[in-house]
Amino acid sequence: MNSLETEHSDAKSEVAERIRLSATSDRPYRWLLRGTALFFGAVIVVFVWSVLHTAWPAIRQFGFHLVTGRTWVPGTGPYGALPLLIDTVLTTFIALIIAVPVGLASSLALLYIVPRKIRGFGAALVELLAAVPSVVYGLWGIWYLIPWLTKTLQPFLAGITGSHWPFGGPHEGFSVLLAGLVLSIMILPTIVAISRDVISVVPSDLVEGGLSLGATRSQVFTRVVLPSARTGIFGAIALGAGRALGETIAVAMVIGSNPQIPHSLFSTGATLASTIATEFGEATGSTGSALAALALMLMIITAAVNAGARLLTRKAKAGL
Amino acid sequence: MTDTLVSLPPDPILERRELVQQRAAKTLGRRTLLSRVFIAMLVAALVLAIVPLGSLIFALIQRGISSISWNFLHTLPTQPSLIDQNAIGGIGNAIEGTVIIDGLAGLVAIPIAVLLGLYLSESASRAANFLRAIIEIMTGLPSILLGVFAYEYVVVPMKTFSGMAGIVALAVLMVPLIAKASELAFRGVPSTLREAGLALGARSSRVSRGVILPAALPGVITGVLLSLARAMGETAPLLLVIGASGDWTWSPLKQMSALPLLAYNYSGSQYPSQRAAAWGVALTLVVLVMFLSLGSRLVAARMRKERR
Repeated sequence: MNSLETEHSDAKSEVAERIRLSATSDRPYRWLLRGTALFFGAVIVVFVWSVLHTAWPAIRQFGFHLVTGRTWVPGTGPYGALPLLIDTVLTTFIALIIAVPVGLASSLALLYIVPRKIRGFGAALVELLAAVPSVVYGLWGIWYLIPWLTKTLQPFLAGITGSHWPFGGPHEGFSVLLAGLVLSIMILPTIVAISRDVISVVPSDLVEGGLSLGATRSQVFTRVVLPSARTGIFGAIALGAGRALGETIAVAMVIGSNPQIPHSLFSTGATLASTIATEFGEATGSTGSALAALALMLMIITAAVNAGARLLTRKAKAGL
Repeated sequence: MTDTLVSLPPDPILERRELVQQRAAKTLGRRTLLSRVFIAMLVAALVLAIVPLGSLIFALIQRGISSISWNFLHTLPTQPSLIDQNAIGGIGNAIEGTVIIDGLAGLVAIPIAVLLGLYLSESASRAANFLRAIIEIMTGLPSILLGVFAYEYVVVPMKTFSGMAGIVALAVLMVPLIAKASELAFRGVPSTLREAGLALGARSSRVSRGVILPAALPGVITGVLLSLARAMGETAPLLLVIGASGDWTWSPLKQMSALPLLAYNYSGSQYPSQRAAAWGVALTLVVLVMFLSLGSRLVAARMRKERR
């Protein structure tokens, strides 16, 4: 055997060795990845457990009354979260009623109507505002929306409905309506960004087909574009709803932190999240546990809404 | 041939077409008008959306700048009293606290999240799909829940509020965000690159480190910076766990101060000077957040350009 051949066979066996190694010695890497996944999975479990565990004494003591009770008195109890649930849903509902039509219309306008230059500016503005911390929205609500609400909107609306629901009664500044308005402005960037995404994937063939058949632009929007982006739009709405349901600080700043079933849109209130934020600091014993029960309700509600939103947006992307 | 055709009843499709054409022509004026109104409404909605958002930005800049000075940025806060209501001091330690909490949370979260992203991008097992779904849902959960978590597992055992608890809460907040972004970035790397690496005999750990990670780096960095920006603005979890501090606190084991929390506390203060200063705190915070989120775009754009 000459030296060249020896070298050759050495190289061959080295390659074989390497192939064997790469198959086996990759195990540490595989286990590193799996281990990380397992670790974070465990963190999630502990996270859910921490909320459940802290809430457990209150759940055992008060049972279903935690959800259906009509009075919430921090410190001493009773702990009935019905007013908080109502305020949470009500503020989210107000936010959606305003933000969904305005947001959808804005994304249609941004996509199809305004000149290209403004389009880029609008997109940048939307992204910029989605990054603004919620405490800033709350601050703006306190300084700018409260004066407008007390001096302009409330007298005007109360002038129409008199002292009856939903606009009557005294108005001290903080209110459920104010919280809803602040939320609507906060979720607007989310709704515009996502509905713009799902509307922009509507095939232009459909739009052009509609126009070439003689439909006007509004007809194309309402009968072609929006229906074919329907699933994704519902997804965008659900994501906005999820954000509004769980928003804590901005709501805590403007709602007045008063756990009651609102007798008017201008009365103060408190949501699940805002109550946790404002009462957790002074909470002791059973209040702490009752607040954790609120956190549990909030977790269940927002997880369900978010899961629905993801399903819808994914379906929309797959369908088109 | 032609005779049979003539004797046939009139073509229903042709008839229908004529009818439609007539109706379309008759309603054209009305439909055009409606369309104009509709489009005007769309533009009006856009304006309606921009007005409050523009007002917010304008207020932030105008009121923020008027309360920010060099002193405000680097000194400690002082407690205003009835004698000197304007003695608000500065926010130096809040900036420091925010940078430390956010930075350390990032340091904890980044390695975990990037490995998690690699795992999710390489694995299609049922466990991986489940984890992916859970992580997606976690990105939408209210951050205050993480405050409850950090309170229970850090504040209670340590028997004190601490920057540490804030770091834990923000790290758990950031991991799903970064993992999602980096999974997307890893999946965006062409599979031919991976296969070429494997064909050269490299281990998949070597391929991940030497090929996939560098190729996906712009996406990963963008995800990291955006998550840092998001975490920096979070008030709710910090409110429950970091306590308060009027001094420079360099140890995360002690209570700390943070910008979003300070803005929240100042906004409800009994002193007008502090309420006004809340805008200065907010502007400082937004500048830091924008620095991160605009920075992420610049980094991504530059790295993409260099690749080409």
